[in-house]
Amino acid sequence: MARTVWDSSVGKKTVMAVSGLIMLLYLVVHMIGNLKIFFGAGEFNHYAHWLRTIGEPFMHYEWTLWLIRVVLVVAVVAHAVSAYQLSRRDIRARPSKYVHKKPRATYATRTMRWGGIILGLFIVWHILDLTTGTVHSGGFQPGHPYQNVVDTFSTWYGDVIYIVAMLALGLHVRHGFWSAAQTLGAGSRSRDRALKAVANVLALLLTAGFIAVPVGVMTGVVS
Amino acid sequence: MKLTLRVWRQRDADAEGAMSTYEVDGISSDMSFLEMLDVLNEQLILAGEDPVAFDHDCREGICGACSLVINGDAHGPERTTTCQLHMRSFKDGDTIDIEPWRAAAFPVIRDLVVDRSAFDRIIQAGGYITAPTGSAPEAHATPVPKPDADFAFEHAECIGCGACVAACPNGAAMLFTSAKVNHLGVLPQGAPERETRVLDMVAQMDEEGFGGCTLAGECATACPKGIPLVSITSMNKEWLRATRKVAKR
Amino acid sequence: MTYTDYVTGEPVADTKAPAGPINERWDKRRFEAKLVNPANRRKHTVIVVGTGLAGGSAGATLAEQGYHVVQFCYQDSPRRAHSIAAQGGINAAKNYRNDGDSVHRLFYDTVKGGDFRARESNVHRLAQISVEIIDQCVAQGVPFAREYGGLLDTRSFGGVQVSRTFYARGQTGQQLLLGAYQALSRQIAAGNVEMHPRTEMLDLIVVDGRARGIVARDLITGKISTYFADAVVLASGGYGNVFYLSTNAMNSNATAIWRAHRRGAYFANPCFTQIHPTCIPRTGDHQSKLTLMSESLRNDGRIWVPRAKGDDRPPNRIPEDERDYYLERIYPSFGNLVPRDIASRAAKNVCDEGRGVGPGGQGVYLDFADAIRRMGRKAVEAKYGNLFDMYQRITDEDPYEVPMRIYPAVHYTMGGLWVDYDLQTTIPGLFAIGEANFSDHGANRLGASALMQGLADGYFVLPATINDYLARNPHQEPVTDQHPVVQEVLAETEDRLNLLLSVDGDRTPDSFHREVGELMWEFCGMARTDAGLRKALERIPQIREEFWRRIKVPGTGEEFNQSLEKANRVVDYLELAELMCLDALHRAESCGGHFREESQTPDGEAARRDDEFAYAAAWEFTGTGEAPTLHKEDLVFEYVHPTQRSYA
Repeated sequence: MARTVWDSSVGKKTVMAVSGLIMLLYLVVHMIGNLKIFFGAGEFNHYAHWLRTIGEPFMHYEWTLWLIRVVLVVAVVAHAVSAYQLSRRDIRARPSKYVHKKPRATYATRTMRWGGIILGLFIVWHILDLTTGTVHSGGFQPGHPYQNVVDTFSTWYGDVIYIVAMLALGLHVRHGFWSAAQTLGAGSRSRDRALKAVANVLALLLTAGFIAVPVGVMTGVVS
Repeated sequence: MKLTLRVWRQRDADAEGAMSTYEVDGISSDMSFLEMLDVLNEQLILAGEDPVAFDHDCREGICGACSLVINGDAHGPERTTTCQLHMRSFKDGDTIDIEPWRAAAFPVIRDLVVDRSAFDRIIQAGGYITAPTGSAPEAHATPVPKPDADFAFEHAECIGCGACVAACPNGAAMLFTSAKVNHLGVLPQGAPERETRVLDMVAQMDEEGFGGCTLAGECATACPKGIPLVSITSMNKEWLRATRKVAKR
Repeated sequence: MTYTDYVTGEPVADTKAPAGPINERWDKRRFEAKLVNPANRRKHTVIVVGTGLAGGSAGATLAEQGYHVVQFCYQDSPRRAHSIAAQGGINAAKNYRNDGDSVHRLFYDTVKGGDFRARESNVHRLAQISVEIIDQCVAQGVPFAREYGGLLDTRSFGGVQVSRTFYARGQTGQQLLLGAYQALSRQIAAGNVEMHPRTEMLDLIVVDGRARGIVARDLITGKISTYFADAVVLASGGYGNVFYLSTNAMNSNATAIWRAHRRGAYFANPCFTQIHPTCIPRTGDHQSKLTLMSESLRNDGRIWVPRAKGDDRPPNRIPEDERDYYLERIYPSFGNLVPRDIASRAAKNVCDEGRGVGPGGQGVYLDFADAIRRMGRKAVEAKYGNLFDMYQRITDEDPYEVPMRIYPAVHYTMGGLWVDYDLQTTIPGLFAIGEANFSDHGANRLGASALMQGLADGYFVLPATINDYLARNPHQEPVTDQHPVVQEVLAETEDRLNLLLSVDGDRTPDSFHREVGELMWEFCGMARTDAGLRKALERIPQIREEFWRRIKVPGTGEEFNQSLEKANRVVDYLELAELMCLDALHRAESCGGHFREESQTPDGEAARRDDEFAYAAAWEFTGTGEAPTLHKEDLVFEYVHPTQRSYA
């Protein structure tokens, strides 16, 4: 069965849909967690610490977090590899372009590929910046996420990278969520409007929720 | 009216193609688009030039032969087949770009004529119900609920013109394939082959070099018979169901 | 010797239909026909030309039986054959409505509708098989219209008083054809059918008096090849395109049957053409084809013209009492549902009187105002929506608001290659099925019977009868390209195409087609006269002569060349047109679609002359421009006694 799925364009699209939904679920949780920053360093840092202790005493310190990380890495890799392979197939299937060009589909649909690449690069930067601290501006302090976040968003490029990526995320989720529903066969004529509405609301909430943090730092609400 | 036509000319599959410009005059708004091309071709033949090759046959919107991309739209600006497009959709002095379907799976044969045999092979892979002549039970033995019959009909309306492929940014044949999968899958007569049908047809579709679906929706917009985009969703569901069922066997 | 001085040869007779009660003949024939051992079938190759309802169903069924089928179509896919354009429906004597229908009534209606010029045995078999066709198609997944209870819906059609027409909205032909196409596709995938799309038959190969193969041109590369078989089946459709403007597809053509005729197959009743009453009127000289509006529209639409000549008020401004619902007036019991030939001629008559509507006065109204009032717009939309849309697209007029304008147009040809009960032509081993043969519709075809006949021939009749021929000729000598006959046919084909390419004149193939078509419409169309037909017979050889002097075909024969394809088809139209006119001239009676002005009743109805013309006219080719020989097949009516058709 795995073979059938992976070898088929429809199957690979299913892989994208499932991995996309896993990431989407994670993002919703992540976004809500982020908003704790508005309640001060204490609460935010406490939340960050709690993330490492989820599941205790059954789980050891950070086990759950690592488990989530592994699932996410698998999802990201599956999503990206499928996207790459499907895109190559798509491009090969349409080798010559129309001479008379017309703008096609919605903006969100047309930007899925580039948006995906932007998001991929962003994830790398984001981890190096706020998880490992490798490219962090100023002194990265493990265990002090509140300060690290404030540091990042105190630089202009930190704000720009983050905000651009979150706008890309919004567009990606807008088409991606609805698209995943179709791929998994969950769409129907009667449900279409509801699915599109949910996609739009999700996209808007995620983008707004994530962007609130750099905006908060920039405006001094978070410092 | 007087029109400037920019037409894709290509000698054969291996030749390089390019747009050529022609003028036609005395076009009436009651003419169909293909009748306008007839005027051009009569003109070209008398001038000793090769007429523009294009596929056409019934000229009443049902055989699915005609296949032109007009100003970037498969079948042109109206939601119909090229043969049912009339010149009243254009104005005097317009420049009209005419191109063939473009997709790797539909190689150009000449000018505006492409090879759509890939569609036939998708049907051959499973787009049928096995019912050898003479083996049929009495027609009323199995009633089909009207909503199912209507659903089947709506999908059976596909004329196999390939506009969906031509319009799709990925050159995908999902709408075509899904139309047949849904038509036969919903009927009780189609049930015994329901799983193998969708799996085999999708596999053949991939084999032919069509692209995948990114749900851009262009196919459904271009479809002259109004096969809806959700048809693809239904096929996806069928495919997943079949994959699970076959794995359990 | 002029063309009108034909010779009458030996009569021709169908020797295959068994004697005995008519309802037992088909069973008897099937039992008496020899069978080919299943294991031996794959050793037999059968060529099928055409993939419409007849060809598609025959190819699939023969392959299912185990024969090796080699099949051809000029279209890019077998799915595009012109059967796909049939709209209205398919008749079957199922009697699901319990409205008094039966096999016998369908048989009776068809013989009567054909104005007593069809062979009783064949028609009865058609009626018998009709019920099996519906079963077969439903099993294939054809989405016929259904009622809320899940059972099949039917409607009534022109010329009958029962509701026996099964339909799939306005696309019945499409759905039936796709069913046959899918069955054929299954056999192609299984390797039992070798399919050659975009390949056109250009000639028939007859060796030692038997049909053994065809010459065909690959339309992409231009390569001319030979294909050999133990039997050849022509399912290439009718020849209505002789008229240039018709409801046929642009590329439907007569080449396959005409070439077979030239090789010895008799051509029967070529003048029997059906002019369909409900087509969209032409708009100008640019018109390349005519579009049919399903006859089913006559179920609810009312046909009328203004009472006064030259009344050019818009239709909605003409009050009820100044309208002439002429069909309802003249034929009160059938009203708007009279057979096609009668409806067409009535429309011509009112237009000839100067009461026609629309540009040029060549049209009558088909009005749905009453139906919309009675059933509501929604119901009308559900029943006819796609037809209304099509009308609006073509004419830019909204039929929900203003009445449609319709006018008759050439639609179907009842004539075709003469065949016996086994559907075999006068060339042993050459079979003709569907519209390509002449057998079942006599002088007029009833609505929704073409689909029935095509599928009956292809699914049920031919597969049973061809066995007999193959079983009786089990070991035919193999034929190769080196055979002198084959060499000759090949050379003739190549010469013809080369000549077309080399004339380099100043007229296009279309211009000649248009010219001969207009001539035929004028003199061999809805009403024919002795003088007119003689004029046409004089004119056609002149056009032909001019054709070979002035034709211009650009390009070469070794490439995709649509002008060459067209020119080659016109060559055959220019010969066939002559035969049609001669047949129409010789048949000095009116019957069905053939209306001779000299032969009418006092109130203008067709007057048959059974004493002289109760026969099928089978013509034997003797040479281009040479008068053919007439062979008569006397028609014997044992079950339906010829009467003056009355629909009043």
